Amino acid sequence: MADRGLSDDAVELAPGVHWVGALDPHLRSFDIILKTANGTSYNSYVVRGEQGVAVIDTVKENYAEVFFRRLESVARYDEISTLVLNHLEPDHSGALPELLRRAPQAKVYLSTRAQMMLKALLKPPMSDLPDYTPVSTGDEVDLGGRTLRFLHTPYLHWPDTQCTYLVEDGFLFSGDVFGCHFCDARLFNDQAGDFRFSFEYYYAHIMRPFREHVLDALALIEPLAIHLIAPAHGPILRHRPRDYVHRYRELATPRLTNEARSEKTLVVFYLSAYGNTRRMAECLAEGAERVGGVRVSLYDLEGGEPDVFCDLVEEADGLAFGSPTINADAVKPIWDLLSSLTSVNVKGKLGVAFGSYGWSGEAVRLIEDRLRGLKLRVPVDGLRVKLVPDHDELDACRALGQDVARHLTGTVEHRAIDMSALVG
Amino acid sequence: MPKAKVTFEDIGVTVTVPAGTRLIEVSERVGAGITYGCREGECCTCLTKIVSGGEHLANPSVLEDQVLKDNLAPRGHRLACQAQVLGGDITVRPG
Ligand SMILES: Cc1cc2nc3c(=O)[nH]c(=O)nc-3n(C[C@H](O)[C@H](O)[C@H](O)COP(=O)(O)O)c2cc1C
Ligand code: FES
Ligand SMILES: [Fe+2]
Ligand SMILES: [Fe+2]
Repeated sequence: MADRGLSDDAVELAPGVHWVGALDPHLRSFDIILKTANGTSYNSYVVRGEQGVAVIDTVKENYAEVFFRRLESVARYDEISTLVLNHLEPDHSGALPELLRRAPQAKVYLSTRAQMMLKALLKPPMSDLPDYTPVSTGDEVDLGGRTLRFLHTPYLHWPDTQCTYLVEDGFLFSGDVFGCHFCDARLFNDQAGDFRFSFEYYYAHIMRPFREHVLDALALIEPLAIHLIAPAHGPILRHRPRDYVHRYRELATPRLTNEARSEKTLVVFYLSAYGNTRRMAECLAEGAERVGGVRVSLYDLEGGEPDVFCDLVEEADGLAFGSPTINADAVKPIWDLLSSLTSVNVKGKLGVAFGSYGWSGEAVRLIEDRLRGLKLRVPVDGLRVKLVPDHDELDACRALGQDVARHLTGTVEHRAIDMSALVG
Repeated sequence: MPKAKVTFEDIGVTVTVPAGTRLIEVSERVGAGITYGCREGECCTCLTKIVSGGEHLANPSVLEDQVLKDNLAPRGHRLACQAQVLGGDITVRPG
């Protein structure tokens, strides 16, 4: 099948540099987690030097046929000296086994983190692994008059991801970075339809959880002279490519400066039907405020949507979750929030749980388990209060707040314990 | 049974543990900031800085060494899911 409006020929980006990817206009959901109203594309590229030809990434397996036709229109298999794998996810490595069969002499270049994945992907019968070289920032492949230079950009969005820079032309083959799910046969950003939403949506769902890694990658990318960005999905960015780099910088930077930057921040989220868990939340907040250097914010989850609270979570150092126990569980808005946090990085933040209960009180433990599962640290045991908190119990909430604040500010008193005294 | 003392700097806790314990088993129970993913020495999530007493940990396996290298881990770092304490005093914090 010819792609809408495109022949089966390669498309030239510059003399000797071609797009040989595939369009997938009817795809409506990607990796389960993304909607793709406009389909997507799997972009693969060919770079010809005087002494060799490089193929950068391939396509999803079912699109291999058109990929090979486009590839054949610009190179013979026996000319291919180099295969660069910027990312091993199957949407880019799907045609790799067949390409390796057709061009067995090609040397594979991938990131150090990709090695184990390659083995897991090419499982037997392809168990005799191709000849591969792990590369990192600054490593180069000379194609004869054209040089590919690698940038180690892990976790954008898998551990194995890297970018490849074609030095002489100033082209950045960026993998999923700067990509988006947007299918347009016009291929280039100055000709395609309006893909701004798709670009932002892709960042928000794929790159945002790895914000720190985005910033590390930008530090490598921003100093480059960039004439064109060739991502693995969506339009090729040849018109004002640097705008897209700037946009990533903006997206990875908090929108407003956090005025509490010099202090630690604690956000207390709670829900409360009769006010018992609310009273606990207020006293916990009060206790935490007493310790200098912690700024506390209090939010009733009933008053907002998970998306908004996600932004708060992303910025906070510590998170407290208060829920009553209802039908042996924490209440749904808590789980809605705790299941929405895959789009932000919460690893290593401090977490604590609390809540009022009637007779069984499961909510606090269940929340704590989930917090640990999300890789928060939970250094203080949560607090449960039976029905209405009395004077002493409210004091215990204040003490919990203080304890949490001390952990946030690193001012806890040193404790010595024996392993056998620890439960769980 | 020989004992070791492991101090988690980030939470200010020292735990006395039996020799042979892996760091992750202790850090998990005391709620220290060392987090984990695979627990099999592959994902490098549990990267831990050994502040002192590294000689009291069993030597890294070939796999652990490889994963540390692949992740460009600085010197004096170990995988908490792999490193076993042998005795003495060890101080660690999240890597
Ligand atoms: C967006 C995305 C994120 C992923 N994140 C993780 C992860 O954090 N940890 C992991 O072990 N695998 C992760 N994977 C890898 C998948 O679990 C893996 O590709 C798996 O083989 C997919 O199984 P399936 O074919 O049943 O969908 C991720 C995959 C995608 C597409
Ligand atoms: S938890 Fe994955 S390497 Fe230790
Ligand atoms: Fe991907
Ligand atoms: Fe992709």
